[in-house]
Amino acid sequence: MSSMDDYQPLRGDDHAPGDEPVGRHEIAEGVVGYLVGLGLAILLTAVSFFIAGTSLVWHPSIPIALVVLAVAQIGVHLVFFLHITTGPDNVNNILALAFGVLIVFLIIVGSLWIMYNLSQNMMPMAMPTG
Amino acid sequence: MSEAAILGGEAEAPAETSADGPAPKRIVVAYGFWIFLLSDIIMFSAFFATYAVLSGETAGGPSGRDLFDLHNVAIETACLLLSSFTCGLAAIGARAHNGLMYYGGMAATCVLGLGFLAIEIREFVGLVAQGAGPTRSAFLSAFFTLVGCHGVHVTLGILWLLTMIAQVFAKGYRADILRRVLCFALFWHTLDIIWVAIFTVVYLFGAGA
Repeated sequence: MSSMDDYQPLRGDDHAPGDEPVGRHEIAEGVVGYLVGLGLAILLTAVSFFIAGTSLVWHPSIPIALVVLAVAQIGVHLVFFLHITTGPDNVNNILALAFGVLIVFLIIVGSLWIMYNLSQNMMPMAMPTG
Repeated sequence: MSEAAILGGEAEAPAETSADGPAPKRIVVAYGFWIFLLSDIIMFSAFFATYAVLSGETAGGPSGRDLFDLHNVAIETACLLLSSFTCGLAAIGARAHNGLMYYGGMAATCVLGLGFLAIEIREFVGLVAQGAGPTRSAFLSAFFTLVGCHGVHVTLGILWLLTMIAQVFAKGYRADILRRVLCFALFWHTLDIIWVAIFTVVYLFGAGA
């Protein structure tokens, strides 16, 4: 058990900022953060799976509900697991994320839009329906 | 901490903002790796777009409703979610130089990742055995490409995980090794994010709607 044997107090030695050894308190804080994230993620996943299989809700609303739940869960993962926060260290990360989301949105929505439009405007073909 | 600094309680001035000088290397490395992860997510978005366009093109073959077993998917999801949690514990353990937390968390992550892969491989083998392989229809081609690409990422992640266990064991909690552990944790959490999109778009849409 070398768990805390080599633990050094925060201001004991000379450390680069951000590289200081972590104390017991911070360990507990970190674990609680991951536990909260895990709980929220499990909750959202369970609701997703429940909604997909249930007949209790209006049927056409199910895909929208699933997308909303997935986006919410991705947000939970970003905040609690990847630690994307609003702190000054994270400005660049947030900007990169925003740009990434823009590109993902363009690729997915653009593809669906173009392909839907294309199939609407296709000449009706005499396809043998399988 | 910033509040304490504002109130003048403690006289510590960590270099957190750009005005105080260059960011710590840990933050710069994480930023660079984050950009790689975003490019990976953009690659996946192309596969998602392909799948969304082709998901109805079953060429008279089986559709998602006939093929997908949501019980398996729920177990896979549980594996990945828990592995994200244990991976987080391992990351804390590495930062705190806590061997029990680091090795235990990494080992649990490895076991859960292997469990996920085993279920996925069993599913793929079952699909191919019942004649629903990637050559059957455009829908199945897109399905195997998207989900298989995620599976390949998980496989590579497990290899990286084992490498990080070996590196910490051999070299200790050196600053450069800790940065690699940090990058690995980011990678693993990102795989979980992609899996959230997969189980929603592919499995729940496919089996339900």
